[in-house]
Amino acid sequence: MAQWNRSGYFRSSGSRDVNPDLEAERQTASFSVERLTAILDGGADNTRTRRAVEAVIHSDPGFSRENQYFQSQNERYEAAVRKSVYLKERMHQMGWTEDGPEIKYCFRALGGDLAFNVHRVFMNSILALGTDEQIAKWIPLADKYHIIGTYAQTELGHGTFLRGLETTAIFDISTQEFTLNTPKISAMKWWPGDLGRSATHAVVFAQLYIKGKCYGLHAFILQIRSLRDHSPAPGVIVGDIGPKMNFEHIDNGYLMLQNINIPRENMLSRFSQVLPDGTYVKRGSDKINYLTMIVTRVQILWTEVIPMLLKACTIAIRYSVVRRQSKLNPGDPEAKILDYQTQQQKLLPLLATAYAFHFMNAYVNEFYNKGYTEIKQENFDSLPELHALTSGLKAIITDYCTAGAEVCLRACGGHGYSALSGLPSLYTKLAASCTYEGENTVLFLQTARFLVKCLAAVHSGQPIPPLAAYLSSVDSGKCQAWTKMDFLKPDIYAEAYRHRATRLLGNAATKLQGLVQSGAEQHEAWNQCTVQLVQAAKAHCHYIVVKNFIATVEKLRNEAEIQKIAKHLCDLFALHGIFSNTGDFLHAGYISRDQMDMVTASYLNLLAVIRNDAVPLVDAFDFTDESLNSALGSYDGHVYQRLYEWAQKSPTNQQVSQAYASYLKPLFQSALSKL
Amino acid sequence: MNKDLRRERDSASFNPELLTHILDGGAERTRRRREIEALVLNDPDFQHEDLNFLSRSQRYAEAIRKSALMVVKLREYGIADPDEIYWFKRTFQGSFVEPLSLHFSMFTNTLQNQCTVAQQDKWLPPTYGLQIIGTYAQTEMGHGTHLRGLETTATYDPATQEFILNSPTVTSIKWWPGGLGKTSNHAIVLAQLYTQGQCKGLHAFIVPIRRLGTHEPLPGITVGDIGPKFGYDEMDNGYLKMDNFRIPRENMLMKYAKVEPDGTYVKPVSDKLTYGTMVFIRSLIVGESARSLSRACTIAIRYSSVRHQSELKPGEPEPQILDYQTQQYKLLPLLATAYAFHFVGAYMKKTYHRITGDINQGNLSELPELHALTAGLKAFTSWTANAGIEECRMACGGHGYSRCSGLPDIYVTFTPSCTYEGENTVMMLQTARFLIKSYTQVSSGQLVSGMVSYLNDLSGQHIQPQQVAARPTTVHINDPASLVEAYKLRASRLVEAAAKNLQAELNRRKSQEDAWNRTSVDLVRASGAHCHYVVVKLFTTQLSEINDAAVHAVMNNLCLLYALYGISKHTGDFLQAGILTDAQVTQVSQRVKELLAAIRPNAVALVDAFDFHDNHLGSVLGRYDGNIYENMFEWAKKSPLNKTEVHESFHKHLKPMQAKL
Repeated sequence: MAQWNRSGYFRSSGSRDVNPDLEAERQTASFSVERLTAILDGGADNTRTRRAVEAVIHSDPGFSRENQYFQSQNERYEAAVRKSVYLKERMHQMGWTEDGPEIKYCFRALGGDLAFNVHRVFMNSILALGTDEQIAKWIPLADKYHIIGTYAQTELGHGTFLRGLETTAIFDISTQEFTLNTPKISAMKWWPGDLGRSATHAVVFAQLYIKGKCYGLHAFILQIRSLRDHSPAPGVIVGDIGPKMNFEHIDNGYLMLQNINIPRENMLSRFSQVLPDGTYVKRGSDKINYLTMIVTRVQILWTEVIPMLLKACTIAIRYSVVRRQSKLNPGDPEAKILDYQTQQQKLLPLLATAYAFHFMNAYVNEFYNKGYTEIKQENFDSLPELHALTSGLKAIITDYCTAGAEVCLRACGGHGYSALSGLPSLYTKLAASCTYEGENTVLFLQTARFLVKCLAAVHSGQPIPPLAAYLSSVDSGKCQAWTKMDFLKPDIYAEAYRHRATRLLGNAATKLQGLVQSGAEQHEAWNQCTVQLVQAAKAHCHYIVVKNFIATVEKLRNEAEIQKIAKHLCDLFALHGIFSNTGDFLHAGYISRDQMDMVTASYLNLLAVIRNDAVPLVDAFDFTDESLNSALGSYDGHVYQRLYEWAQKSPTNQQVSQAYASYLKPLFQSALSKL
Repeated sequence: MNKDLRRERDSASFNPELLTHILDGGAERTRRRREIEALVLNDPDFQHEDLNFLSRSQRYAEAIRKSALMVVKLREYGIADPDEIYWFKRTFQGSFVEPLSLHFSMFTNTLQNQCTVAQQDKWLPPTYGLQIIGTYAQTEMGHGTHLRGLETTATYDPATQEFILNSPTVTSIKWWPGGLGKTSNHAIVLAQLYTQGQCKGLHAFIVPIRRLGTHEPLPGITVGDIGPKFGYDEMDNGYLKMDNFRIPRENMLMKYAKVEPDGTYVKPVSDKLTYGTMVFIRSLIVGESARSLSRACTIAIRYSSVRHQSELKPGEPEPQILDYQTQQYKLLPLLATAYAFHFVGAYMKKTYHRITGDINQGNLSELPELHALTAGLKAFTSWTANAGIEECRMACGGHGYSRCSGLPDIYVTFTPSCTYEGENTVMMLQTARFLIKSYTQVSSGQLVSGMVSYLNDLSGQHIQPQQVAARPTTVHINDPASLVEAYKLRASRLVEAAAKNLQAELNRRKSQEDAWNRTSVDLVRASGAHCHYVVVKLFTTQLSEINDAAVHAVMNNLCLLYALYGISKHTGDFLQAGILTDAQVTQVSQRVKELLAAIRPNAVALVDAFDFHDNHLGSVLGRYDGNIYENMFEWAKKSPLNKTEVHESFHKHLKPMQAKL
C-alpha cells in the first residue's frame, strides 16, 4: 500500500497512527493502490523517481511550506523567490537537469509556489523566436538567473485580441534603434508574472512601425531594471498590479515605456527581421514553434491544473470518511458523511472526472507527436486539428476542474472555508486558469469554428481530420438500450455522446447557414449562433473525453482489478454527464424518457459501488501531506487535532493586536463596576 | 463619464429611478436610504485604506474601530429603526464583515428572546452599550449540522448552585463563532445540560470568557482565532475550550426551560418559537443573495460596456464586449435572477412580519410550513447567487481576478452562506421532507394549502395510473403566467417521482432512513424544482404591481428571461415530464436569445437602478463613471509590493546571483 514509503518524511502531529475510520476504508480496497499509482505515473520507475525527489524536497527545511497560509503577500513573494533560487542550487547539487524527469516532480512536491515561471516563458520565447546569435547571447544568462525575464504581451486594454495591442516599436534608420512606447494608459503591459518586482529584462510584444507603416506584432528584448541596483531603467515605469484572488507569491506587474531605445539586434528575428536600411524581411514558417507553443501551453493542464483537482478530491474524500454527522439509522453511531447519497453525488463524479482528465494526457501527446513529425516534413495539415483539440480541451478541463474544486470546498462544510483546509487556495488558483492562456469561451468558439468547417467538409465529401471523423458516421437515430444494465455498455453511452455532439453541431451550423442565406452578414450570423456553437464545442470535447476514457479502460486488460474499477469510473463519468444534461439527450428523442430513468438508476447505483473504493482511489494519486498542505486531507486523517494545532500557530494568536487597547478597552472599562 | 456608459444611459427605455423606488419599497424609502448613506459617505471618520492592502491584523483592527464608531454615530444621529441601521452598516462595510456582527445579531437577540426579565435587566444594558461583547457559540469542531451531536457539557452542581462547563474532546471545542477569537468577553454557549444524572439536551448559557479590565482569558478558558480563511479576514472566528469552568445557576437562559436550585429540571412549553428567528435569518440570506448578485452584475455589466475587444466585423472598431451574444448569455440571465431574488427576499420579509403578528396572538399554525419552505429558498438562492457571482467575475476576464474588481471580495464574503445557518443540501432535504409529507397527505385524500397547494392536483392519482404530467397542457412561452404553470407541473412531477422512488425503496428495504438516503438525490431535485417554481411565481406576481408602463415592459422581459432561461437549463425535466415538446424547447432557446438582444440596450440602466454607491460597490471595474484603466493604475500603485521601488528580496536573493555577471 501507499503507506510504506511515508515513514521517512511524515511530519506533523508526531504520531504515525491512522484514524480508524480512514484505515477501515483502506482495508477493503478492491485493487492494489500501489499498482494504480504506478499506472497513473506512467510506470513504476516514474513512481520511484518521483518519490525520491519528494523525499529530498520534503526533508529539506529550505522548502518547508509550514505557515504558508499565514503569510502576507510580501512574505509569500519573498519565499517564492528564495525557494526558486534555492531550488536551482539544490538541483545542481543533485545533478538534476532542466530537461530531466525530476523537475516536474519538484514542482509537484512544492505545490507550485515558486517564482520565475514566466522567466521560463521568457526563455522559451527567445528559443523559439530568436536567431542563433540571440539565443547564444541571452539564454546562458537567463539560465543561471543572472538576468530574470518576463513575457510582456497582455495589456490593460487587450488580452484576447492580440492584434489590438497598442504598444509601439518604431524603427529609426538614423540611429538603427527601435523606440518603444506605451502611447496610452490602456496600452500599459498588465499582468505578466515576475514583472512587478523581479524581472530585469522583458520580451515585449509591440506593433512594429517602419517608415510610418505598421507591420504588426513583433517581440523585442529590453532591459527594464538595472543589474546593479535593480532600479527601473530610465523611461520605464514598472510595479506590481496589487492583490489578486491568489498567486500572492507572484509579482504580476505593470510596465509603461516612455521612449525606450533598443538596438536593432533586440528584435527577435528568427522569422522576421528589419534590415539596417529599414527593409522588412520575413522568412521561413514559424508553424513548428506555434505547434510547440500550443502544446507547452496545454501541458500546464497536466502539470498544474488537473493535479489541483486530484488534490481537491483527495482532501474532500478523506475528510468525508473522517467527518461523521447525524445518523442514518436511529441507534447507530453517526454516519460518515460519505455515506450520504448527496455527498457521494457531489464528490464521486469529480473523482471520475479527475481520472478522465488525467488519462487525456497520453491522447494529447500522441496527437502532438504525430503532428510534430508531419510538420518537420513541411506538412501542416494537422495543425488546425491540434489547435482545435487543445483549445477545446483547455477550456473544458479548466472549467470542470475549477467548478470541481469549488464543489469539494463546499462539500467540506464550514471547515472547507478555512484556509487551512487547502481548498480555498486550490480553488482560487484554478479559477485563474479559466482566463489565462486563452479565455475559455473564446477557446470553445475556436474549436467550434474548426468543427463547422469539418461539417462542411462532410457535406461536400471532402476528407475530414480524424478528430472529427465521427461527424460522418451514420446515426442509428435511437439509443439501443433496453435495460438499465445496457447503460453500463461503453458502446451505448459513447454513441449517445456522439449523437449529442453531432446533433448540437448540426443545429448550430444549420442556423448559421440559414442566417447567412437570409441575408445576414457572416460575422453577425456567427455572433447570433455563438451560444449554440459553444454548446456544440463542449459536447464535442465531452465526447472526446468519454471516448478516450473507454479506450484507456480497454488498454488495462492485463490489470483485471484495476480495469474493473476504472470501468466503473468511466461509466460514472459518462452517466453523470448524461444525468446532468438530460435535455441534450432527450431532445430529438435519441434517449427516450424511459431510458432516461434507466440512466438515472444506473448512475445512482454506481455511486454506491465506487463509494467503497473512494479512499483507495484518492490514495492512488499519492500526494504527500506536504504537497497537499491541508489540515483536512492528510494521509493519517487526524483532522481535528491538526486543525487545532495549526490554528494556534496563526499570527492572530501569536501577535498582540492594537484593536483591544485602542478600541475595546475603553468600552469594557465601564462594565467593570457593573458585573 | 466614460462615453460608452453615457450612451448606454442615454438610450435606456425607462427611468431607472422609478425602478429604484420599487426595489426600495417606495420613493420615500429611497430618499431616506440615500440620506443615511450620505451620513456615512460624507463622514471622514469612516474613510480608510482599501482593506485589500492591509494584513489580517490591520483589517481586524480597522473593522473593530468602525463598529465602535458606528454605535456612537447611530446614537448621535438617533437612528434606531432596524432597516435604517442596516443601511448605515452596509454602507461602511461594503463587501466586508465586522467582528461584532454576532454580538449585534445572535447574542443580543438570544438575550432578548430567552432571558427571564431579571436576566434581561442584568445583561441587556451593558450589551447595548458594548460594555460586554458577546458571541454565540454553537458550532463545534466536530458538529455543525447535527445539533444533537454537540458534545460540550454543562453539569449542574446543586452544592454550589453552579454549572460546570466542559469541552470533553477535541471535537467538542467550539469552532467558528464570529468575534470569539479576540473580541468577545462573553459567549452564549450551547451545551448538553446534565442535572440529577440525566442529560436534558441542548441549552444556552451565558459564559464570561475574558477578564474585564485586562481582556485575558479567564482560568479554565482557552480561546483564540481559528486562523485564515477564504474570506472574512476582518472576522476573528474563534475557538473556545472550557475545562471545569464554573458559572452561577442564573447564567442559564431560563425564559423557557429552567433548572431549580435543587437541580430539578422544568421543561419548556414549545420549541417552535425559535422557528420564527430562523425564518427571519433565512429571509436575510435570501435578501443578501439578491444583493450580492446585484452588485456582481453591476460590476460585470458596466465593465462589459466599457471594455472593447476583438472585432465582430472586419475593419470596424472593436465592439463593447456586451455586444457578444456569449457575454449577454452569461450576464443577462444573472441580472434577471438578481431581480427575481430581490422580490423573493422582500416577500419572505413581509411574510415573516405578518406571521410574527400571528405568533404574538398565539397562532403558530403557519410556522412549520414557512420554516420548511424557507429552508429550501435559502439554499436555492444562495447556491444560484454563489455560482452567479463567480460567473460575473469570470466574465470580466483576467481583470475580474484582481482584487481591484471587487468581485473576489463579494464572492468570498458571500460563499459561506451556502454553509452557515444550515448547510444547503441539508436545507433542501428539509424542504423535501415537507413536500413529501404534503404529498402523502394529498395521497390520503387530504387537501394541503399554501405554496404546496399545487400538489392537490395530484389527488386521486393513486387510483388513476396516469402520471400527473401526462395531462395535456399547452404552455405559452411568452406568457409568464403560463410559465408559472409549467414550473408548477415540473415541481409536482419531480415531487411525485421522488415520493414514488422513496416508496419503492421502502418496499425493498425496511428502514425509513435508508430509503430516505437512497432517494436523497431525487429529493433534492424535487426541492429545487419547487423553489424554482416559487421564484418564478413571485417574480410574475410582482409584475402586476408595477404601474409605470416603461418599467413594466422591461421587467416583463426580465421575468420572461428568468423563466425561459431556467427552462433552457433544465430542458430534460420539461421534456421528460412531457410539459414541453421538442419543438417548444427549440423555441424556448431561440426566445432566450431574442430576449438577450431585447434587454441588452437597457442592461446598464437596469444595474444603475440597484443604486449602489461606488464606495459600497468597492470595485474599480464597476465605477459609475466607467473610468476604469486609469483608476486600476492608481489602485495598483498603492499595492504593498510597491511600497519601495526595489523590493528587499532583490538584495537578499537575486543580487547574489546577478553579482556573478
